[in-house]
Amino acid sequence: MAEAKKTEIKKIAAAKTMRKLMADHFYELDRAAKDGHPKVAWCTSVGPAELLRAMGFVVYFPENHGAMLGATRMANETIPAANAIGYSPEICSYLTSDVGAFLQGRTPLTDAYEGIESIPKPDVLVYNTNQCRDVQDWMAWFGNHWSKPVIGIECYRNVGDVTEVHVDGIAGQIEALVPTLEKVSGEKFDIDRLRDAVRLSRQCSDLWKKVLETAATKPAPLTFFDSTIHMAPAVVMRGTQLAIDYYNELLPELKQRITDGVAAVEGEQLRLFWEGMPIWGRLRDLATLFLELKACVVASTYANSWIFTTLDPGDPFRSMARAYTELFIVRSDPAKETYLQEMIEKFSVDGIIFHDSKTCPNNTNCRHGMPQRLQERLGAASITIAGDLNDLRCYSDEQAKTQIEAFVEQLTGRAKQHA
Amino acid sequence: MAKHYTLGLDVGASATKAVLLDGDVDVARSLRKSGANFAAAAQACREEVVETVGISVDEIGRTVSTGYGRRSVDFADNTVTEITCHARGCYASFPHAITIVDIGGQDNKVIVIEDSGDRKNFKMNRKCAAGTGAFLEEIANSLDTPLSSLNELAAQATGDVELGSFCTVFAKTELLKLIAAGTPLPEIVKAAFRSVGRRILEMDPLQGDVVMTGGVVAHNPIVVELAAEALGRVIQVPDHPQHTGALGAAIIATEK
Repeated sequence: MAEAKKTEIKKIAAAKTMRKLMADHFYELDRAAKDGHPKVAWCTSVGPAELLRAMGFVVYFPENHGAMLGATRMANETIPAANAIGYSPEICSYLTSDVGAFLQGRTPLTDAYEGIESIPKPDVLVYNTNQCRDVQDWMAWFGNHWSKPVIGIECYRNVGDVTEVHVDGIAGQIEALVPTLEKVSGEKFDIDRLRDAVRLSRQCSDLWKKVLETAATKPAPLTFFDSTIHMAPAVVMRGTQLAIDYYNELLPELKQRITDGVAAVEGEQLRLFWEGMPIWGRLRDLATLFLELKACVVASTYANSWIFTTLDPGDPFRSMARAYTELFIVRSDPAKETYLQEMIEKFSVDGIIFHDSKTCPNNTNCRHGMPQRLQERLGAASITIAGDLNDLRCYSDEQAKTQIEAFVEQLTGRAKQHA
Repeated sequence: MAKHYTLGLDVGASATKAVLLDGDVDVARSLRKSGANFAAAAQACREEVVETVGISVDEIGRTVSTGYGRRSVDFADNTVTEITCHARGCYASFPHAITIVDIGGQDNKVIVIEDSGDRKNFKMNRKCAAGTGAFLEEIANSLDTPLSSLNELAAQATGDVELGSFCTVFAKTELLKLIAAGTPLPEIVKAAFRSVGRRILEMDPLQGDVVMTGGVVAHNPIVVELAAEALGRVIQVPDHPQHTGALGAAIIATEK
């Protein structure tokens, strides 16, 4: 019995609040779509959500829905429907699972929230290609289906130092969205409302950063797998007071864990870093495997992607532009490696797990020699797991498990020798 | 009763292998197809080595299982991954810095060992049959030729042809083209073996002393010859390349 408890994922009490928040979020969207008011904007994950809120839209994030399709494994059934109409199994499986689900008239929202029958119909779709070009294609498919405007920002890629040229370019593109958004929403742009949304977004980001940084403590009070769940308010409610209130509840709980010496992974022996997308359909399996191995995945580039430390209500457009361009996913390999080095040191990381996500090349960083360079330069041990964010046809449970176990054997053997 | 024997069992995707150690001496080995019942294959392998030496099962002090079916061995005292076991088994024969290439039935591994025997890193093939034993099985089926005769056939080749495709299905399509062109069978088979070697060289630069292990190498020494030719260096092979993982498991079993 005691043995069983050691491999149970420890529950975070604040999750109850989060579940209610998420329910309210989706019911609000459902009502808006049915009533036609307020207007619904679809937004990619690091799109200009602050601007959309400032203009009175309720904001829906298709990538969040994509993650739900993955986590519920509904994606396994919906991806083939998109493949069949010409959307390749090689492209973003968020896109294919979401388009496929729509074609089949399904959504995990229906199972989770009584009365919600479909995703909310958009009045406008807004992208930022900082995630990838696929998000633009994704918005285009739905925009075309409903004959709604699709507008957005084409980002810079492989950015080293973020310069004023980058900031000017992106800030200009964000401002250029305003006329269309005014037309769709029927509301006049108000800079003070934008400042307010940016202020709230920054507060949410600062709190989320503090939440993630609690895992720098040994033993860590939360894991990467916890953070993939608790990041939801930072993703879908940034720019609102609700997200801030949530993290003001979660953070003290984690701090209390630190005070009480409560480890997310009982008997934590190793501290690992997850680089790349989560494997949504295997979150629980992987969380349990790491618990059994007494290895805590303490940090990730993924959960850190909703930290925007340069947002500034005093300069909203330009600070949004800077925040969206400082994002890990659009940076050059040298900039990414510098960042990873900081993470390795800050979180006392013993090894890195690179997820080679078949359909997400933009959020996969092991294909251009980075693991080898990090091993050469920092002695950072790593493994590369072949998988995918949503398409489990690209993932082998047994092969991944063997690799992870072998990696833990390797690191534990080294740790014992150095002890 | 003194329990000085230790048993290593490598329950692989295609074959199950056992090594029985008396202290640090390898006294018996066995090999079976893993089939659809991993537990039965492991049991049969244990019985075989016990009979070979003429001892009872009770005289085995510890058993460590490894391989994809390692968790199916209910009489094992511990399970360890095949990556760790191959490294230990190989280092026993070559106790210095080596790069191990293991070609198995379903996957390939490259394991880099430091002078101390510590593992520096490892890689497994992508989720793809190219370059594995499964690829050769497919080729043998396509050519309607027994798997066991491939090595002998390839050795008879007098010329060279190429299989350029990465994918097993595409490679089989290439075979059809070669067959239609009247290419002699030995040359086609040799091309398949060369393809296996190339997939390995694509996995890693294979620095330093290279050692090859695994069932494909045990039954098809031409793979080593062709890979060495492509690498431009000698590749070493332990005495019993298919039993390296089981040997490593048996060595680990002696340690506790």
